[in-house]
Amino acid sequence: MGLEAKLKQDGYMTTTIDAIVGWARKSSVWPMPMGISCCAIEMMAVGGPKYDIARFGSEVMRFTPRQCDLMIVAGTVTYKMSKVVRMIYDQMPEPKWVIAMGACTSTGGMYRSYSVVQGIDQFLPVDIYLAGCPPRPDNLLNALMLIQEKIGKTRARDYDDIKQPEIISL
Amino acid sequence: MDFKELLKNVLTEQFPGGKLQFSEFTDELTVTVSRDIYVEFCAFLKTDERLAFVLLEDLTAIDWATRKSRFTVVAHVFSIANSSRLKVKAPVDDKDFSIDTVTTVWQTANWHEREVFDMYGIIFKNHPDLRRMYMPEEFAYHPLRKEFPLMGIPGSLPLPKKS
Repeated sequence: MGLEAKLKQDGYMTTTIDAIVGWARKSSVWPMPMGISCCAIEMMAVGGPKYDIARFGSEVMRFTPRQCDLMIVAGTVTYKMSKVVRMIYDQMPEPKWVIAMGACTSTGGMYRSYSVVQGIDQFLPVDIYLAGCPPRPDNLLNALMLIQEKIGKTRARDYDDIKQPEIISL
Repeated sequence: MDFKELLKNVLTEQFPGGKLQFSEFTDELTVTVSRDIYVEFCAFLKTDERLAFVLLEDLTAIDWATRKSRFTVVAHVFSIANSSRLKVKAPVDDKDFSIDTVTTVWQTANWHEREVFDMYGIIFKNHPDLRRMYMPEEFAYHPLRKEFPLMGIPGSLPLPKKS
């Protein structure tokens, strides 16, 4: 029984605005590809036909932060770069989410050094920490699905105050 | 006579009086010069027709930490005509961390010397544009010096505020 059959039977449905807006938002998460180093290659693979992020409605990688909902920080963030990442994040419209993709982004990874930020959660609110060096493309899709789950549960009243996201760790 | 012998002869002829010290390790020739004649020596390497070390492959520095001449500036040069390499070393005093620039000889030394300045704090005199290469402009330290801690100085590199 497809959608058409359903439409013939019932002329209307009832839901809450929060639920339908959440459904719309989670089905069209537009990512900001913040590709800084090698994790970006895996992120590109997710965009390609084999893994195909379009299946989740997220194929529209916007290269302007003003049209993005989700920032995928893919790569080693140095102190010098941190200002740039924050500036781009600040330009994204609310509501917005962040995936810290890979070991470097989440904790500094193997770069235990003076120049690398030991985890971007020192200056960004992170929703998902994604393990791997780099994570496999399917792992990134998993992170996207978790983000979708989170977005689907979001209610308008959650944004009355400054956004304080709960942290999901994989 | 192979090129290495020729090179030694030509150089000692041009710079007599024990100004140069040669050493050899795994068939690679290294010559140590004092920093007074460093630029003059490099210019001779490049302009002499027999030698023609036209290509500066790398320029870096070593921090010896406890030596009296604390730093050594190392230049790796290549002669395309003779397909031979030479290492040029010049010790830098520990009181006055400065040496003349070789950008006048090899233009490409510009960025190499900026990097050495950034990482070791060696001042290259007469350099056209001696700014930091990697670290932020306002950073006050030189990270590859031996006294610099691996994880950096806390608070020396400010992060944006997490709002």
